[in-house]
Amino acid sequence: MKINITVNGAEQAVDVADNALLSDVLRDALGLTGTHIGCDTSQCGACTVHLDGRSVKSCTILAGQADGGEVTTIEGIANGEELHPMQVAFRANHALQCGFCTPGMIMSAIDLVASSDEPLNAEQVREGLEGNICRCTGYHNIVKAVLDAQANM
Amino acid sequence: MNAETGIGASALRKEDARFITGKGQYTDDINVFGQTFCVFVRSPHARAKIKSIDTASAMAVAGVIRVFTGDELTADGIGDLPCGWVVTSKDGNPMVAPAHPPIATEFVNYVGEPYAFVVAETLQAARDGAEAVSADFEVLEAVVDTGTATSSAQIHENVANNQAYDWELGDKDATDAAFAQADHVTSLDIVNNRLIPNAIEPRAALGSYDAASQTYTLYTTSQNPHVERVVLALFVQVAPEANLRVISPDVGGGFGSKIFVYAEETAVIWASAKIGRPIKWRADRSESFLSDAHGRDHVTKAELALSSSGEMLGLRVKTIANMGAYLSTFSSSVPTYLYGTLMAGQYKTPAIYVETQAVFTNTAPVDAYRGAGRPEATYVVERLVETAARELGMDPVELRRINFIPTDAFPYQTPVALQYDTGNYAASMAKALELADSDGYMARKAASEAAGKLRGRGYSCYIEACGLAPSQLVLQLGAGVGLFESAEVRVDVSGSVTVMTGSHSHGQGHETTFAQLVSDRLGIPFDSVNVIHGDTGRSDYGLGTYGSRSIAVGGSAIDKALDKIIAKGKKIAAHMFETTDDQVDFADGQFSYAGSNEPKPFAEIAGAAYIPAVYPLDELEPGLSEKAFYDPSNFTYPAGSYVCEVEIDPTTGETDIAKFVAVDDFGNVINPMIVEGQVHGGIAQGIGQALLEHGIYDSSGNLATGSYMDYAMPRADDLPDFQVDMTSTPCTHNPLGVKGCGEAGAIGSPAAVMNAITDALGVKDVSMPATPQTVWQTIQQGT
Amino acid sequence: MHRFNFRQASSIAEAHSTHAASDDAVYIAGGMTLIPSLKLRLASPNDVVDLSRIDGLSTISSAGGVLSVGATARHCDVAQTTDIPALASLASRIGDAQVRNCGTIGGSLANNDPAADYPAAVVGLGATVHTNSRAIAGDEFFVDLFETALEDGEIITRVDFSIPSRAAYAKFANPASRFAIVGVMVAETSSGVRVGVTGAGACAFRMSSFEAALSSNMSASALDGIAVDSSEFNDDLHASAQYRANLVTVMAKRAVAQLTA
Repeated sequence: MKINITVNGAEQAVDVADNALLSDVLRDALGLTGTHIGCDTSQCGACTVHLDGRSVKSCTILAGQADGGEVTTIEGIANGEELHPMQVAFRANHALQCGFCTPGMIMSAIDLVASSDEPLNAEQVREGLEGNICRCTGYHNIVKAVLDAQANM
Repeated sequence: MNAETGIGASALRKEDARFITGKGQYTDDINVFGQTFCVFVRSPHARAKIKSIDTASAMAVAGVIRVFTGDELTADGIGDLPCGWVVTSKDGNPMVAPAHPPIATEFVNYVGEPYAFVVAETLQAARDGAEAVSADFEVLEAVVDTGTATSSAQIHENVANNQAYDWELGDKDATDAAFAQADHVTSLDIVNNRLIPNAIEPRAALGSYDAASQTYTLYTTSQNPHVERVVLALFVQVAPEANLRVISPDVGGGFGSKIFVYAEETAVIWASAKIGRPIKWRADRSESFLSDAHGRDHVTKAELALSSSGEMLGLRVKTIANMGAYLSTFSSSVPTYLYGTLMAGQYKTPAIYVETQAVFTNTAPVDAYRGAGRPEATYVVERLVETAARELGMDPVELRRINFIPTDAFPYQTPVALQYDTGNYAASMAKALELADSDGYMARKAASEAAGKLRGRGYSCYIEACGLAPSQLVLQLGAGVGLFESAEVRVDVSGSVTVMTGSHSHGQGHETTFAQLVSDRLGIPFDSVNVIHGDTGRSDYGLGTYGSRSIAVGGSAIDKALDKIIAKGKKIAAHMFETTDDQVDFADGQFSYAGSNEPKPFAEIAGAAYIPAVYPLDELEPGLSEKAFYDPSNFTYPAGSYVCEVEIDPTTGETDIAKFVAVDDFGNVINPMIVEGQVHGGIAQGIGQALLEHGIYDSSGNLATGSYMDYAMPRADDLPDFQVDMTSTPCTHNPLGVKGCGEAGAIGSPAAVMNAITDALGVKDVSMPATPQTVWQTIQQGT
Repeated sequence: MHRFNFRQASSIAEAHSTHAASDDAVYIAGGMTLIPSLKLRLASPNDVVDLSRIDGLSTISSAGGVLSVGATARHCDVAQTTDIPALASLASRIGDAQVRNCGTIGGSLANNDPAADYPAAVVGLGATVHTNSRAIAGDEFFVDLFETALEDGEIITRVDFSIPSRAAYAKFANPASRFAIVGVMVAETSSGVRVGVTGAGACAFRMSSFEAALSSNMSASALDGIAVDSSEFNDDLHASAQYRANLVTVMAKRAVAQLTA
């Protein structure tokens, strides 16, 4: 079947199998391999992207369900050469090690901060990121990075 | 030194630029022309004889290219997956290893063991094909339990009593004598829970064969591509070593589980030549749970003999270590040379005797997982010490202090083979107590109690042997490989530097740390250094990254190569200064000579090296590129003091980590930011072991915790902020004075947490993981 | 995943007829349970009928003391509602943020996972589940493990919650999956005190003994000494039946404490 989606601002018409996942569309059809697959039970969050402005697990959305939607991936959050404040904060706070969970973590963190009316505290950040598993950092520096970034978002 | 990028500076990481923008290149991100997809067919039984395999239905699935079974690999001369360390039993016999064909042929011995694989045009077709493969199994009785494995059904034809080896270390008689004289003996029955590593990037492989050059290229998620290459070439005999290139691109975490040579990459690279097309495989997480080598899984009886004043006199440890169904690549060394040798801990215990019986079960193979043997050893020693203090009515801090190896005793020979070069354990302890606000503890405890909670405090003073390892020592002990590291420093014509290292970074930040070292020593900009790793086609034979060895061994190799670069630079500069090289100094990026007021910058000498006008070519070769192999003369011995406070809700058994303090002595530190990050990650895994994680097989050998729905991974809201600090006694035997930091957190933390929980509950032991239910049940039993 | 046909439905009628025409169809809304089952090949329908774009099916409205939640309203949207803070709080703790951004109340109820949160609300608040053909009382909706009163092909359209005078939900989450090992909704409604429990048994149920005690004394101590029969409770590697029984009491007390705070 054919779906039309806007990915990182560009309209795309993609021919996919009926059982394709949004993550398949991004990684295989569009070559956006920054969206990672870390599990098969929708727990790890490495595949997190924004669909119509909300963080979702792209491995748990059928391509057909995303038809007509607007998707933003890790490749699409910087403004040209200028990194998103969350990207800057992750690097400045050493909030990543192997980098595999990082795209999903950053996408979740951006939505977490953006959808909160008031500044978040550390505990809220920890709860807000429960859908993303990191095995390297112990989350300590991720929490710091998110708290740091929200001042610049 | 540059304050932002020199040695000791928390330089921001070079590699982050690609990771935060989604430009990392992990194995599954790589696609090559004409690639096919592979899915493994895995045993649903823990133990069964394979009577027949039906591949016809799978071949009928549209898009399926070939279905391979183990017999085809065997017929083609593909060998077993070897275990690279031969441990010798008490009786002098070498360990017994069962045959381990990459793809099972006659028997399957754990749920998830591959017995066939399907190659297809698409992943969908490969999955459909794999589902269509069926086998006729004669199901046999499964052996699952570690403690009773030796008296259970025999799994492997050649392995009596399911025992790989029965090993010992230390002086049994002296230890028995110490116990005979003791005023007090503390004993504990300890289970060290099975863990499943769970690097967030699942294992993957992309193998291809180029018929024109008869060369194989394997992209894979390996912590040590050269080891992968040599094992596939020499032992498994997939291809001659020179015709096999192994590339580990960006790798999403390893924690030990990506050291080993597995069935999947073996099958993929071998079969790529058979079908003449590249083959790609990536594990689903469910497959990772079943097929990645697991960690820990010990059952131990441990005893500590003390005098009435708390002096530690003797330690006796008897451990049964579960190896799983086969001996994985380095598995045999983990509960022996990486375990028994650590039983002295930070203490001057004069007599120690350790026995380890390694047993087979019908479970996934067990091998090194972050810390590998040393967390288990620390857990034994530190649980015993804390328990002894409670039994003797002593302050656990004081009991440790009076038994610490004093600073004037180094180098210190332990009764269990190791010689510690340096350390200051009391200093780490003092700093940890200060950070933990030890004085305020009673008030915090009272506040918890007023709120209906139980508060407890626990300590853990760990030592680890890392910087693996002195080659000749480990070869003597049965290792099949040397454990040096290689480095090549290529100075470019313009004066920039390309460094090839045999170490591999899968999160550790080598591209940054090693660049700091090079830029600092050569006095060149940090951005002028490019570190290359993970490609057997580009760097010399190296041993990779595990055992906290990268900076201590890999970094030292780079340092040694830099010595050679500087020495040659001095020779070139000497000709320019018209003097001899012993008159030339090098500092801050400048070659200088007392007889000249025009020092030569490093870049100028680099240019001169490649444009050989100023020096005689019969004395000096052109170019400026040097290699070094560094073989450490000893292990390094990071050590530290951890303090944990927990608060328990007695109504539910929930444990909250109220405070976690880690003070580590890693010797000199190149990048404190990265080192602290390593400690954070290690502590998270240690707390995970203590509170959350448990690989559980049911009685018929099914993995009950085979997904994130049942295996509890530490999440952000399970963990506290960590208070991390350091002390330093530089390593005495490597040029950088560094020790290594990758595993410390995972080694030191479980005992601290469990000591705190048992303190809060007022019980002798609680088994890990201390889940809410376990803690609640413990409380119920006490009331 | 096995292959299947993806069928986009634009109306309830179309969804229903598409389902009826297929020999093996499933509905999908948020897909938070269905898609993982498809991926693990635990489900292999021929047709997957998408309800998520049906106009009006996600509407949340409040009138006459009733909060009406459309079947495809997502957890994140319910979490933003203010009429029943206990329901919003429950929704805000389902799964994780990404799950809440996709998962729907209708999907959750139709699936009837024994560890799902919403069933505690449906039972505990005495909700009414409306479908394309009838209205089902909350107390009658959950039948057994993954089994509901829904007929084959029947589609939930909305769930009506009478707004209670006060209510609170307390959850003890599975440390791995974050589903409820036990979740308890306690509510004071116009028809009396209701206590809905999820996680403990095959499906959500009411605790009449707790309801009786709390009716006369809405305080945590009113639950002291009331035995919880765990003979029918779930018993798995995360929690024994006995532990779950304890959690039913503890969570109920927490809910009461919140409700009376």
